[in-house]
Amino acid sequence: MSTLTAERPTAELATRAKAPKRRRLRGEAKLHPMVWVFVVAVMGFSLIPFYWLVNTSLKKGASLSQGELFPSQPTLENYQVVFQNPEFLLALRNSVIIAVVTTTVALVFASFAAYALARLKMRRKAMILTLILSVTTFPAIAIAAPMFSIWREIGLYDTLLGLIIPKLTFALPLAIYTLTSFFKEIPRELEESAYMDGATPFVAFRKVILPLAVPGLATTAILVFISVWNEFLLAVTLTTSPEARPVPVAIAFFSGTSEFDQPLGTISAASVIITIPLVILVLVCQKRIVSGMTAGAVKG
Amino acid sequence: MALKTLLPGRSPSGAPARPVSGRDRAERKLAFRMTAPSLVIMALVAAVPIGYAIWLSLNQYSVRTAGLSRFVGLENYINALASQEWWAAFGQTFLFAGLSVSLELILGTAMALLLNLAFKGRAVLRTVVLLPYAIITVVSAITWQTMFQPNMGLVTNVLSTLGLPGGDVVWLGEHGYAMAVIVMADVWKTTPFAALIILAGLQVISAETYEAAELDGASKWQTFVNITLPLLRPAIVLAAIFRTMDALRVFDLPFVLTRGANGTESMSMLAYTQLRENRLVGEGSALSILTFLTVMVVSVIYVRFAGGNIRDVAKEEQ
Repeated sequence: MSTLTAERPTAELATRAKAPKRRRLRGEAKLHPMVWVFVVAVMGFSLIPFYWLVNTSLKKGASLSQGELFPSQPTLENYQVVFQNPEFLLALRNSVIIAVVTTTVALVFASFAAYALARLKMRRKAMILTLILSVTTFPAIAIAAPMFSIWREIGLYDTLLGLIIPKLTFALPLAIYTLTSFFKEIPRELEESAYMDGATPFVAFRKVILPLAVPGLATTAILVFISVWNEFLLAVTLTTSPEARPVPVAIAFFSGTSEFDQPLGTISAASVIITIPLVILVLVCQKRIVSGMTAGAVKG
Repeated sequence: MALKTLLPGRSPSGAPARPVSGRDRAERKLAFRMTAPSLVIMALVAAVPIGYAIWLSLNQYSVRTAGLSRFVGLENYINALASQEWWAAFGQTFLFAGLSVSLELILGTAMALLLNLAFKGRAVLRTVVLLPYAIITVVSAITWQTMFQPNMGLVTNVLSTLGLPGGDVVWLGEHGYAMAVIVMADVWKTTPFAALIILAGLQVISAETYEAAELDGASKWQTFVNITLPLLRPAIVLAAIFRTMDALRVFDLPFVLTRGANGTESMSMLAYTQLRENRLVGEGSALSILTFLTVMVVSVIYVRFAGGNIRDVAKEEQ
C-alpha cells in the first residue's frame, strides 16, 4: 500500500525484486560542482520555455515584435481578448465534457477488466493483455481516417460524442494497464478473508478491493484525463466547427481578433490559461503521477 | 507490471494450472464478464474502423461527388509507394524518431541518475522536471514556436545579441532547422517520461551491488559502465519502446510548428492532409494503413529484439 502514496515510483519492480535494500543515502551527499551545473541546466531547460510563453502573453504591439526579454509595458489585454472569444470558451467547455466523460467511462470499464486481469483465473490472459497493449501502439490516424468516413455517414461527425467514442479506445488500455498494477499491490489475504466470510469474487471486488484501490483509481483518472485533454489528431480530424472543437484544436487554429493582428500574444495567453490548471494538477499530485506513470509504464 | 505483460505466452499471475473446480469456473465466468465490455469497446472502435479503412483504401473516391466510389484494388497503395511524398514522410518520421528518442534516452538517463542522488532540492528538481509533462503538446509546440520567431523569439534574440550564428536564421523556414526545433520541442516535453521509467529501474538496483563494486576498487565511471548501465538496460529498452511508438505517430508538433512545410511532414500528417485537405479518402486511407503497418512492424521487431532481454531480467528478479 505504501507504494501508492509514498515516494516509491518503483512500486511494481520493487515488490517483485523481493525488496532489495534500496540505495538510500543517509543525510545529504555533497555534490560535485559539475553536478550542480547540470542541475541548473536541467532546471533552466525545463523552465525557460514557460517563462517565454508567459512573457509573450503579457506583450502587445511593438513590445511583442521586438522580443523584449522582460515586458516593458506588461498588459493583460491578450487575456481579455481570449476570455471574450466565444470560440475559446466553447472549446474549454467541450474539452471539459470530453475529458470528464471519457475518463469516467474508461475508469468504470477498466476497473472491471483490470481486476479480472490482476486477480481472477482466466483463460488466455496473456493473449488478452497482449491485445490490449497492441491497441496502445495504434497510430491514431489509423482510426481517425475511417472514423471520419463512418461518422459522416451516421451523423456523429463534428459532435462531442463522436470524439468521446474513439478517445475511449485509447483511454481504456492506458487505464487497464495502470489499474492492473495497482490491483496487484493489494494483499491477496484481504480477498481470501472475504471469501471465508462467504463473499463471492464480485462482492469481494466491490466491497473490499475497490475501496482500497481509491488512490490507484485517482492516479489513473489523472493520467487518463491528461492524455485525453492532450489528444490532438482525433480531435482535429473529427471536428470542423467550434461547436465540437476541444481546446488543443481551438488553439492551433486561433487567429487573434483580426487578420491584421499579430496573434502570437493572444495564442500565448490562451496557452497559459489552459496550462495553469494542468500545472497545478501536476504540482499537487506529483507523486501520484510518478507512481502511475512508472507502474503502468504507459505514456499518458 | 509492464515488463511482465510483455512476456509472451506466460500467465501474468504465474499461477500453475490446477484442476478446474467449481470456484475456478465461477471465477473464469466472472473474469470473462468483467473483461468483455472493455474488449468489445476496443474491438468496435479499433478493429472495425481499421477493417473499414482497408476497404476504403481499395477504392477510388470521387472528389466532387460524395459517396461515388470505384473499386481499384491495390492501386492506392502502389501509387503511394511509388510517390516521393510517402518516402519523404517515411524518412522524416524515422529521422525525427531516431533523433528525439536517442536524445531523450541519453538525457533521461542523466536526469534519472540526478534524481536518484540524495541532495537538498531533489524534490524541487523532480517537480520542475515533471512540469513540461503537464503542458499539452499543441501548447508545447506554440511555446517553441515563440522562442524561435525571427527577431522576436528568445533564442533568435539571444543568439543575435551575442553575435552568434543562428540569430538571423528563419528557424522554421528551413528544413534542417525546422526539424531541429521539432525535435527540441519533443525532447522538452517527453524526456521526463523516459527519466521516470529509468529512475524506476535505477531504484531496484541493490545497494549491495554497489558496495561490492566499491570494495573491489571500481571507479565511479567503471561502476556506471559495468554495473549501472547493464542493470538499467530493461528500463531503458522499455522507455525506448514507448517513446519510439509515440515518435513514429508524431502529428501535433509538425502540424503546429510548420504545417508540414519544409520537408517536415510525418507519415500521420501526410495521411491527414490527403484525407482532410485534399479529400482523397481512398489515398488517405491507404496512407493511414501504411503508417499503421510501419508502426506495427517496428513494434514487433522491438519486442522480439528486447523480449529476450526482458525475459532474462524477469527470471532473475523472481
